[in-house]
Amino acid sequence: MLALVKNSFINSFAGIGEYISLIKDVFLITFKKLPKWSLLRDQLFNIGVMSLGVVAITGMSTGIVLAAQAIYQLSSKGLSSITGVMVAKAMITELGPVLTAFMVTGRVGAAMCAEIGTMKVTEQIDAIKSMAVNPYQYLIAPRFIAGIVMIPLLTTFSIFMGIIGGYFISAYYFHLSQTAYFSLMPLHISSFDILSGLIKAICFSILLVTISCYKGLKTKGGAEGVGRATTNSVVITYVSILITDFFLTLGLNSLYMKMKFDWLL
Amino acid sequence: MIEIKNLYKSYNGNPVLNNMNLTINRNEILVILGRSGVGKSVLLKHIIGIEQPDSGSVFINNVNITTLKAPKIYEVVQNMGMLFQNAALFDSMNIEQNTGFYLSHNKDPLTKKFLTKEEKKERVVSALKMVDLENDLKKMPSDLSGGMKKRAALARMIAYRPDILLYDEPTTGLDPITSQHINELIVKIQNELRGTSIIVTHDIHSAWFIADRLALHRDGRIAFIDTPNNFIEIDDPEIAYLKKSLTCYPRGRTEGEKNV
Repeated sequence: MLALVKNSFINSFAGIGEYISLIKDVFLITFKKLPKWSLLRDQLFNIGVMSLGVVAITGMSTGIVLAAQAIYQLSSKGLSSITGVMVAKAMITELGPVLTAFMVTGRVGAAMCAEIGTMKVTEQIDAIKSMAVNPYQYLIAPRFIAGIVMIPLLTTFSIFMGIIGGYFISAYYFHLSQTAYFSLMPLHISSFDILSGLIKAICFSILLVTISCYKGLKTKGGAEGVGRATTNSVVITYVSILITDFFLTLGLNSLYMKMKFDWLL
Repeated sequence: MIEIKNLYKSYNGNPVLNNMNLTINRNEILVILGRSGVGKSVLLKHIIGIEQPDSGSVFINNVNITTLKAPKIYEVVQNMGMLFQNAALFDSMNIEQNTGFYLSHNKDPLTKKFLTKEEKKERVVSALKMVDLENDLKKMPSDLSGGMKKRAALARMIAYRPDILLYDEPTTGLDPITSQHINELIVKIQNELRGTSIIVTHDIHSAWFIADRLALHRDGRIAFIDTPNNFIEIDDPEIAYLKKSLTCYPRGRTEGEKNV
């Protein structure tokens, strides 16, 4: 039993080491030589354009629910005018980046892992190597760049849809005026909020692509192995996004407070 | 020339290559025989640098590839090609794209420059002609039979004319006519490219037809290696069995065997 626990610990640490090594290699390869435009274009389309629908639905429905809840909870206290700010702040700093990353993980990350995993178990990755082509350069670098470019853009789109969704329900169902919904936003949404949302989106995109590709490359054991790797990659990506989100929220806010305080002094 | 020195590789503590030593000369066809699961494919993957050994060295034209990392290793394996046991064609590409994959991503080993679209197409069609698939350019791998997949994978390998050709069980799972066609192709390619070919198989008939030298892989080492005529006379139970199946394979069962 003790040996089993010890082995699983060693394997986990070895896995983390391999994963960090993969991130380093992918960074080096990507910035040393950009992948072919045709490969990059396919991934930009697949990650970005093909995810627009699901990201729009998620963003808008979240914005609608947030606005409805805010009005139900706050109107009795005469605070329904902060609904817009609440929706915008929540979407920009937390829900936009996290929910977009979750949706893209489900739609694109799982497919990435399954595709690379299938290539691994059918020796297609070995065939790539045998023809003197680096699989990191050919398979991962285009996905990595496309993820870093498209996921922040999708996050921005999701935030926009959330704010618009919140506006529609507030204005047309709860009869809140347009001015009441939007007027406080410029006062309470700072450039730090926007920056922190974007930083989170970039960090989540790196996690999403690298974990999915890493689990794909480590796939063993035929069709069952591909299924197992795909499930693992999605679960690990979700958990990593949540943990990273917590640390980024603490870290970025502490940094912002410190900078603001120093500036006041 | 390829030199393998004290190559050792184990999986979960079980040695598959156990201090193996082997030298393969230029312009020869070496066929490595061995039972299923002895590690013949693992040996080929070490020669082409896909797998890393636990210890030992693989020298390709006096360069030890076991110490090389990407991208250096890719400079050495640029002149090598491998036919995989299950063909390993890229599912998302048609036969033309599969065959032109190397030339789309690397310089042509002969001219040391990237080929133009027209030159690449010409090279792809000529490789596919050699394997009688020139009319199937736009077919996807899923549209092909097992034998056609093997031939397409062969075309993918010869399209860039490598110096060292590795074949992992090229005739496994094929009917006798297609097998013989593949055997003839291997000899034809060898005569045309004048390279070094290493074939791993457990098909003694193919081996006998193709080989300049035969080797027996057993217990992680090369147990015997010699020219076909000398090899078949070696006093060893496994080789005796191979000889029996090669020379006097019974046509149907004997009266005695029918009653078993």
